[in-house]
Amino acid sequence: MTALLDRTVADRPAALEVRDVVKTFHVSRSASGNNRLRALDGINLSVGRGETLGLVGESGCGKSTLARTLMLLEKPDSGSVTFDGQDPFSLKGKDLLSWRRRVQMVFQDPFASLNARMTAGDIISEPWATHRGLHRTSREREARLAELLQLVGLRASDARKSPQEFSGGQRQRIGIARALALNPELIILDEPVSALDLSVQAQVLNLLNDLQQQLGVSYIFISHDLSVVRHVTDRVAVMYLGRIIETGTTEDVFERPLHPYTAALMSASPKLDPAARPAERIVLKGELPSPLDPPSGCRFRTRCWKAQDICAAEAPRKRTAAEAGRTVLPMPALRRPGLPVEHLAECHFPLAVPAGPDAARE
Amino acid sequence: MSQTIQDLPGTGPAPQTGPGAGARPDAKSNNPGLFRMLLRDKFASAGAVILLLVLLTAAFGPMLMGDLATRQNLLFANKAPFNPANGWEYFLGSDSLGRSVLARLVVATRTTLAVAVPAVAVAMVIGSLWGVWAGYHRGWRENVSMRVADVIMSFPSLLLAVVVLYVFSPSAANIVLILALTRIPIYLRTARAESAELQSRTFVDAARTFGARPNAIIRRHVIPVVTPTILTLATLEFCYVMLAESSLSFLGIGIQPPDASWGLLVSQGRQYLQTAWWLSIFPGLAIVITAISANMLAAWLRIATDPAQRWRLALPGRRKLIVRLKAKESK
Repeated sequence: MTALLDRTVADRPAALEVRDVVKTFHVSRSASGNNRLRALDGINLSVGRGETLGLVGESGCGKSTLARTLMLLEKPDSGSVTFDGQDPFSLKGKDLLSWRRRVQMVFQDPFASLNARMTAGDIISEPWATHRGLHRTSREREARLAELLQLVGLRASDARKSPQEFSGGQRQRIGIARALALNPELIILDEPVSALDLSVQAQVLNLLNDLQQQLGVSYIFISHDLSVVRHVTDRVAVMYLGRIIETGTTEDVFERPLHPYTAALMSASPKLDPAARPAERIVLKGELPSPLDPPSGCRFRTRCWKAQDICAAEAPRKRTAAEAGRTVLPMPALRRPGLPVEHLAECHFPLAVPAGPDAARE
Repeated sequence: MSQTIQDLPGTGPAPQTGPGAGARPDAKSNNPGLFRMLLRDKFASAGAVILLLVLLTAAFGPMLMGDLATRQNLLFANKAPFNPANGWEYFLGSDSLGRSVLARLVVATRTTLAVAVPAVAVAMVIGSLWGVWAGYHRGWRENVSMRVADVIMSFPSLLLAVVVLYVFSPSAANIVLILALTRIPIYLRTARAESAELQSRTFVDAARTFGARPNAIIRRHVIPVVTPTILTLATLEFCYVMLAESSLSFLGIGIQPPDASWGLLVSQGRQYLQTAWWLSIFPGLAIVITAISANMLAAWLRIATDPAQRWRLALPGRRKLIVRLKAKESK
């Protein structure tokens, strides 16, 4: 059921499909005697071709674990990941290499993700040492390297410099060039701009946008910066304690959140325009509960102002906006006209009235 | 290292850099950047020159002074050093059989290096590769390796050497093997620690996402970072191995007379320490100077090969030295 609802379009199948992925870590025992940390608890995701999916949530909610799982750096306990119908965890040897070529990643920290002892050129051409079939001659590699450098807005002469000689933004461009070196179809961006200052953030975001226009890659954009996510993504998934609690188009989720947690997140993000500010911010009480001892039923109930008895007893199922009692106008999304995207939330009492300034007054 | 450079005035070994340094730029012209940086650091270049001299002595010394080293002259027994009246052969004095200390020192250089260099090299290569592999993979490989290292370290190395060298003949090859075996854990532990830290870095994760194999990642990302540390450690070990070889020689299971090594000369001269101090002081000095030179060079190499620290070698305060060196060369 969820598989059908979450699918973006029937005629254009999703590039990446994540179904019920569970990842548990063994940690030292907590107060309740539990030593199994469920970092991912049944994640369902899909990313279409040329689409940007935003993944937002608090620190520690499992965003990076999900990214690492998608990059095969962690092995999920159960569930499946498929890209173009192929499950990478069942692949070996050549097939696995060709899968890896299609999915690449840009890391959060541009200072830690580049080896300081290599030159920029060596770093960008490093993937070709493993994927030897891609560019056979050194002349081909040189040409491609120059092309990549130019693509991300660096000079060809920069290839001989070492990472220390670049600024943070330039380093992140090197990281992006390295991810592009294998001509991937999907790039996972794990907080690609959170380590950069604002002016550089804009440069890198514009670069990512241009690259998507030129190359048609899909992005999974992981961030906790809501204004950035709103700027660059087509669809958004909101994560809380290892589960995706709300998905929908960026506009739907930001303007008309269904889940109380999403509403709280949106009201917490600072806005420049006083008119757009909520009259009263929804301030969540308490900390993110420990994923070692997640609350029963709905995971958000301990911090939710709408929580009732049923929330503790039963885990909420997915509900669409229509089920929440909203009149949904058949409004086509801006970036991909004609493709209706379901707006779903896991909540017993989704917000019936679009949240915003009014929602906070309830 | 940089501290010592600031503390010490530019006297000492600096004058030696002139001729030695002037002779070499052609040989290393393919890498002028590194060589120029070496020139800027007078202590490192002094160390390089001294090591070069030691190597040349080991290569050609026995050829030139082999006869002199074994020629006995009882009339010239136990002559004090630095007396020009005795002739240049006895400039560093003579031993109780009237052999020239200088000649014996020169001849012993080859034996010393022939034992110490292979022993250090074998231990370094095996220990660091093993350690890097164990640290990268973690888990049972790391645990087993560390326990093996503990066993080797907890076993008295001298006892092991005595057993092995009594059972087999005390040949140079066996001494090298036993010294290498007992020093492997030092490199193993150091390399494992660095490698275990490196394998969790983001750029190693990035390499994994390309599908690079563990051995390729170790070669590309781990070994270049670990090498400078290991080299610095190896120069310190060089000194230890020379002394260990001398204690084996002292027990009669190391280098066998009439062969001589620096360590053997030190231990042989010890019984004459009150009457003829030069017999053990000069070989001892040779050990110390060689070890310090190697250490200087290794410390410089560690900085020079680290792009994050290389700027320290290009500080303008060192300009004076380069100008002076150039003036000397032009004369």
